[in-house]
Amino acid sequence: MKLDSKIPDGQLAEKWGKHKFNVKLVNPANKRKYDIIVVGTGLAGASAAASLAELGYNVKAFCFQDSPRRAHSIAAQGGINAAKNYQNDGDSVHRLFYDTIKGGDFRARESNVYRLAEVSTSIIDQCVAQGVPFAREYGGLLSNRSFGGSQVSRTFYARGQTGQQLLLGAYSALSRQIAAGKVEMFTRSEMLDVVIIDGKARGIVTRNLVTGKIESHSAHAVLLCTGGYGNVFFLSTNAMGSNVTAAWRAHKRGAFFANPCFTQIHPTCIPVSGDHQSKLTLMSESLRNDGRVWVPKAKGDKRKPQDIPEEERDYFLERKYPAFGNLVPRDIASRNAKQVCDEGRGVGTSGLAVYLDFADAIKRDSQKVVEAKYGNLFDMYQQITGENPYQMPMRIYPAVHYTMGGLWVDYNLMTTVPGLYALGEANFSDHGANRLGASALMQGLADGYFVAPYTVGDYLAAMPATKIPTDHAEFKKAEENVKGIISKLLSINGTKTVDHFHKEMGKIMWDYCGMSRDAKGLTFAKKRMQEIREEFWKNVKIVGVNEELNITLEKALRVADFLELGELMIDDAMSREESCGGHFREEYQTPEGEADRNDDKFAYVAAWEYTGDNKPENLHKEELVFENVKLSKRSYK
Amino acid sequence: MKITLKVWRQKNAQDKGGLVTYKIDHVSPDMSFLEMFDVLNEDLLLKGEEPIAFDHDCREGICGSCNMVINGKPHGPLQTTTCQLHMRSFKDGDTIVVEPWRAKAFPVIKDLVVNRTAFDRIIQAGGYISVNTGVTVDANEIPIPKDIADNAFDAATCIGCGACVAACKNASAMLFVSAKVSQLAMLPQGKAESKRRVEKMVATMDAEGFGACTNTGACEAECPKQISITNIAMLNREYLSSKLTSDYVES
Ligand SMILES: Cc1cc2nc3c(=O)[nH]c(=O)nc-3n(C[C@H](O)[C@H](O)[C@H](O)COP(=O)(O)OP(=O)(O)OC[C@H]3O[C@@H](n4cnc5c(N)ncnc54)[C@H](O)[C@@H]3O)c2cc1C
Ligand code: SF4
Ligand code: FES
Repeated sequence: MKLDSKIPDGQLAEKWGKHKFNVKLVNPANKRKYDIIVVGTGLAGASAAASLAELGYNVKAFCFQDSPRRAHSIAAQGGINAAKNYQNDGDSVHRLFYDTIKGGDFRARESNVYRLAEVSTSIIDQCVAQGVPFAREYGGLLSNRSFGGSQVSRTFYARGQTGQQLLLGAYSALSRQIAAGKVEMFTRSEMLDVVIIDGKARGIVTRNLVTGKIESHSAHAVLLCTGGYGNVFFLSTNAMGSNVTAAWRAHKRGAFFANPCFTQIHPTCIPVSGDHQSKLTLMSESLRNDGRVWVPKAKGDKRKPQDIPEEERDYFLERKYPAFGNLVPRDIASRNAKQVCDEGRGVGTSGLAVYLDFADAIKRDSQKVVEAKYGNLFDMYQQITGENPYQMPMRIYPAVHYTMGGLWVDYNLMTTVPGLYALGEANFSDHGANRLGASALMQGLADGYFVAPYTVGDYLAAMPATKIPTDHAEFKKAEENVKGIISKLLSINGTKTVDHFHKEMGKIMWDYCGMSRDAKGLTFAKKRMQEIREEFWKNVKIVGVNEELNITLEKALRVADFLELGELMIDDAMSREESCGGHFREEYQTPEGEADRNDDKFAYVAAWEYTGDNKPENLHKEELVFENVKLSKRSYK
Repeated sequence: MKITLKVWRQKNAQDKGGLVTYKIDHVSPDMSFLEMFDVLNEDLLLKGEEPIAFDHDCREGICGSCNMVINGKPHGPLQTTTCQLHMRSFKDGDTIVVEPWRAKAFPVIKDLVVNRTAFDRIIQAGGYISVNTGVTVDANEIPIPKDIADNAFDAATCIGCGACVAACKNASAMLFVSAKVSQLAMLPQGKAESKRRVEKMVATMDAEGFGACTNTGACEAECPKQISITNIAMLNREYLSSKLTSDYVES
């Protein structure tokens, strides 16, 4: 099969406008004859479900939480980008496009990224109209802040709770459509398979998490908005339930998985405190606007931070990257933090942390100003660590945060399975090898509010409205498949818990396929992952039955998929013999220790095709063509 | 630390349920309250017993999933969410009683997990501004004084956890409902629908079986997001004025 990204012809800036004009439309009276399934109600899913329902389609939406309002998007802190140029500081659609392409280390598709920058401004209008209380200036106009990887202020925010406010906006639009009877909402439901009939996605199979009932749902198109897979590392900043299951099951049914090894390690997280640790907490990157990152110049300096004089501190980001200083992109900030810790200059009891210091900001602007900007983040830090960051610098360390990889999609956000779409973090589309801060919220809402409603309509317009009943043989087959997996898991009755396996594999992934990778480590990791997976299927212990709320069974189903995904991530990291963005191969670095990208050989998207259990996957390459930006060495010096 | 836990166990909605005692002796003060439950659940699993079911997701105090009544107080001794509570708030040797939210409108599903979909239905009744995607003006064409935007933001930070209901002797949902009503009533975008909104949301709240508000203030005292009781006063004003000049009446 040949990958066709379906990029429209024409000038970059005109592609989307022309495409919108060219797409086929479903006539208003016919829209109600089409059913669309939206899995996931985070920013991408809630906005898509609401917008499609407003247009007149019948939508069925699913989430595994008890309410659509609790999707992982709720936890996003720092903000959302948009090329409004409200600050008159030289921003434009083209600049946001360029920053995103460059930030992604030239591994994203130009046309998609341009469209993202283009629709970004409408997102802010939409959210304000919904009543999202963004931060404002005294004049009553919207306020902006700057974020890593950019030299303009284009980030809109709602204190440190931007994701919450945006999601509640999308949730309110979704709620309105539920009340109108246009969206049927299924909570506490987990999608476990996609049903494909005559080559097209025609439905899903779900498990009701309260009753255990396996149910089929039929539709004309299926949208996966199921978020990222950062929890493959066990410890990450993702919510506990975030998982890859929906995307992975779709992958096994024919959807290619793109760039799985592109993961983002966020530089400012609260360090691990012990073995009991269940997740990591992010301190918003916006803190780097005012906080200064440093470690002692000397190795093993165990003095208290306030006892270390100025001249014995190394503000390593300011020193190495004077133009961007503490605001270098995430991959660079993270890797440098790792480097100084590897040199033995890390701080805190574990030595795996660097300082993020606000003393200068407090001196310059007063504690009150700092409190107004970051109050809730400082409180959260104090609650978790028991230390007061107004008096002591924060201790931070990088942690897994976001996955740029995901299901391969074309310009229309359709996967390689016709009728199956992927939106938001679940797809691979816009961030290349590294995502800029405040761009995930933008992408999720762009996909859901402004892209999918057009492109899904184009697909539906060309198909008959005939429905397929859920007693069709393919639905039954998929149900049997799911039931088979569940009864297999329940019958093992081994001696080790699901968390045991998840932690074990997570550590392997972090140590060998995390912030830096090399061929030797990856080879070892692959072998270990296979062993862990084999043992999992022989020795996992699950108590309870399928027919009731069973938290261990839920987790086991997710971990089983993470185990398979992990191997593909390793293969992908192995085959990409270059360093770019978040993917750093020890073997490919410049003499100064920066990423050594290889555009001649690797300017492509790696899209993997599943070929069967325990068989190596096929690699398909989508060559990336850059016509509007010059490929350059990414420099933030 | 050594901790004795008395945890509500209830197999399903039909089961009567009761407190079961567990002892854990390897608790670190740096653990979060939920991480202590993780440790206990691992122990139970290895013994072949069913782990304790509880709701949680973000573990950052923002999704509103976690909901335990700890020693009689929703979310425990601090004014924070259960997931943000750490064991350093307890002493070695403490006995801690953990129960689910108790309210007619929040029936227990299993152990500490309750059904809070009544909150979603209240929002569906009117907790939104009716605007379709794409039908908007430029964001800066709606200037909003900073103070009003800040106050609306404060109300908007409700996480929908339901601690206010669990704290109230009448199991009233007034704090939750008033937070949404006043957020939208304060903003110019929300004014057009404000009467209809407050009437529909209050009617749904009553129909879902939440109790009446008698102004005890217990909700505000237990709310992890410091949602202010002045929102309730604002709701009452909105409700009264809408009843007097109603352009919408629920039949
Ligand atoms: C702590 C933190 C802070 C962040 N801050 C920012 C920020 O400031 N700016 C920014 O731009 N980005 C930020 N991000 C990234 C951003 O929040 C996410 O990338 C984005 O919210 C993902 O949205 P989504 O809609 O794709 O998926 P999610 O919000 O993850 O939603 C996934 C949905 O899918 C459902 N689901 C998943 N699997 C299944 C299944 N099998 N069956 C049924 N339903 C399923 C879930 O129930 C949920 O509703 C942050 C991320 C983290 C972790
Ligand atoms: S008002 Fe407070 S206690 Fe009630 S649901 Fe909202 S956040 Fe929770
Ligand atoms: S788990 Fe999300 S608020 Fe506690």
